[in-house]
Amino acid sequence: MSEVSIPLLDLAEPSRGRLLRRRILGHRGLVIGASLLALIVLVAVLAPLLAPYDPYMQDLARRLIPPIWHRNGSWAHVLGTDSLGRDYLSRVIYGARISLLIGVSVMVISGLIGSALGLAAGYFGGRVDMAVSFIVTVRLAMPLILVALAVVATIGGSLPVVILVLGLLKWDRFAVVMRATTQQVRALEYVTAAECVGASTARIILGEILPNVTPQLVVIATIEAAHAILLEAALSFLGLGVQPPLPSWGLMIAEAKSYMFFSFWLIAIPGTALAILVLAINMIGDGIRDVSAPGRRA
Amino acid sequence: MLAFTLKRLGLAVLVAVAVSAFAFLLLRVSGDVAVALAGEGARSEDIENVRQIYGLDRPLVAQYLDWITRMAQGDFGQSLYFKSDVLGLIADKLPTTALLAVFSLLFALAVSFPLGIVAAVYPNSWIDRLCLTLAVVGQALPNFFFAMILMMVFAVMLPILPVSGSESWAHFVLPSIALGYYVAPAFMRLVRAGMIEVLGTDYIRTARANGLSATSIILKHALRNALVPVVALTAVQLGFLLGGSVVIETIFALDGVGHLAYQSISNLDLPVVQAIVTLLSFIYVGLTLAADLVNGWLDPRIRVS
Repeated sequence: MSEVSIPLLDLAEPSRGRLLRRRILGHRGLVIGASLLALIVLVAVLAPLLAPYDPYMQDLARRLIPPIWHRNGSWAHVLGTDSLGRDYLSRVIYGARISLLIGVSVMVISGLIGSALGLAAGYFGGRVDMAVSFIVTVRLAMPLILVALAVVATIGGSLPVVILVLGLLKWDRFAVVMRATTQQVRALEYVTAAECVGASTARIILGEILPNVTPQLVVIATIEAAHAILLEAALSFLGLGVQPPLPSWGLMIAEAKSYMFFSFWLIAIPGTALAILVLAINMIGDGIRDVSAPGRRA
Repeated sequence: MLAFTLKRLGLAVLVAVAVSAFAFLLLRVSGDVAVALAGEGARSEDIENVRQIYGLDRPLVAQYLDWITRMAQGDFGQSLYFKSDVLGLIADKLPTTALLAVFSLLFALAVSFPLGIVAAVYPNSWIDRLCLTLAVVGQALPNFFFAMILMMVFAVMLPILPVSGSESWAHFVLPSIALGYYVAPAFMRLVRAGMIEVLGTDYIRTARANGLSATSIILKHALRNALVPVVALTAVQLGFLLGGSVVIETIFALDGVGHLAYQSISNLDLPVVQAIVTLLSFIYVGLTLAADLVNGWLDPRIRVS
């Protein structure tokens, strides 16, 4: 997501791609956000190499060791250990995998559903548009967290269930934005031109419209990924999401609840990790919006 | 206005029916209710028995129609866990949640309006940048984490506010902040964008040329016209706050509908869960309808589109 490959064209004249690259590299928020996210992705991918211990290994003799900046901290456990004596740094590192997996999978599932609905509504208009708008209104009327909690509780909480439930519930913003953007693009001349040449509907939607609504799609994708990560954390925090012993950051905070007044770092560490990841994704989304529509910042 | 009102009302009713049907189906399809009702270790005869007693062996459509007619008559059924009337349970706790939602909204508005206006009056200044940074950081902080930070600060370092329970108004302060800060950025961005647009219009230039004071221009002439999108967002966010109260009420042991929902979900008390999901959806539909009507009244152009 952070890298945009641009072919080197004419060196004498600044090409469109090069201008875009200059705009991207000149946007401080985008660069910071992308670097942060790249770092977190790297940590998640290299987790087995980076984690000093097995994140599931319990050692009741070494429970609740405070982190290194604390008076009683030790270099053996840089971020300390939890109430079961598991190394906190290793758990936080493996937790990044869960959050990223949730963010990406929910984004893909809801993105596919939402963009399909939005594109159809925006392109065909009329009855299709009415039907899609109605479905979106119905979906928006339902309290998301409550419905997700209830469904996860009846099916039984697990990582795949959380991904599926969130993915099937969170497509509304994709649909709303894709509908509006498609309506705008549809009225443009090159779409009319494609219609006149006799291009098929599928070709017009996939070849003419989709590429031109991509910036908006990417911005929504970042918002939804960040939101999905926060939702998973909230579900797991309430005990109705990812189940122990998986090191979900939300679950880690839940497990530390009874120690919060004595060992607040047990909550602060995964909480900060969550905040940094979501912040990085949001900064990328804001940055892409600024870069793709310069002059409009809201 | 009458035609517009009737059209919106008809749509709201349709949405309400669809939502209630969906909420009903969703919980029926996602798990076998009879198994949940019979409890752990139940024999298959017991489960079959439960199925017949509760009428779970009938077609889903018949069950839904039965449920919705009873609800329309004010009979929300019996809670399986609390062994009492669902409507009474919810009615008991709704004021707490409504209060929490309204306080949270007021907190969000109180924070976002001044910041949004200042940011719009001095666009791209350091104060504008600070506001945007605050908004971005605020939206990255998980609300349960922020709630726990608040609890930590006010329970240990600054014990002036209660951190748990719902006995007095003071018990609502921290939960309202923990719930409201998350929606503040959206309002702030909207106020800022609306104000920047309005401040650039001709009638504001005219007002300036006529020598009106800056305060009067900003608060009296510009803000009013920047309000239209805020009204629509308020309805949406109130719905979000009602739903989001699940997490916050559970953390602060606030005895409202959110906490009740959490308890019912944990105990698979489906009649209560269904009733709460449906009720909150209806409230949301009602709020968006109200916002639509207010906006149609504020801006006649909306009525014809």
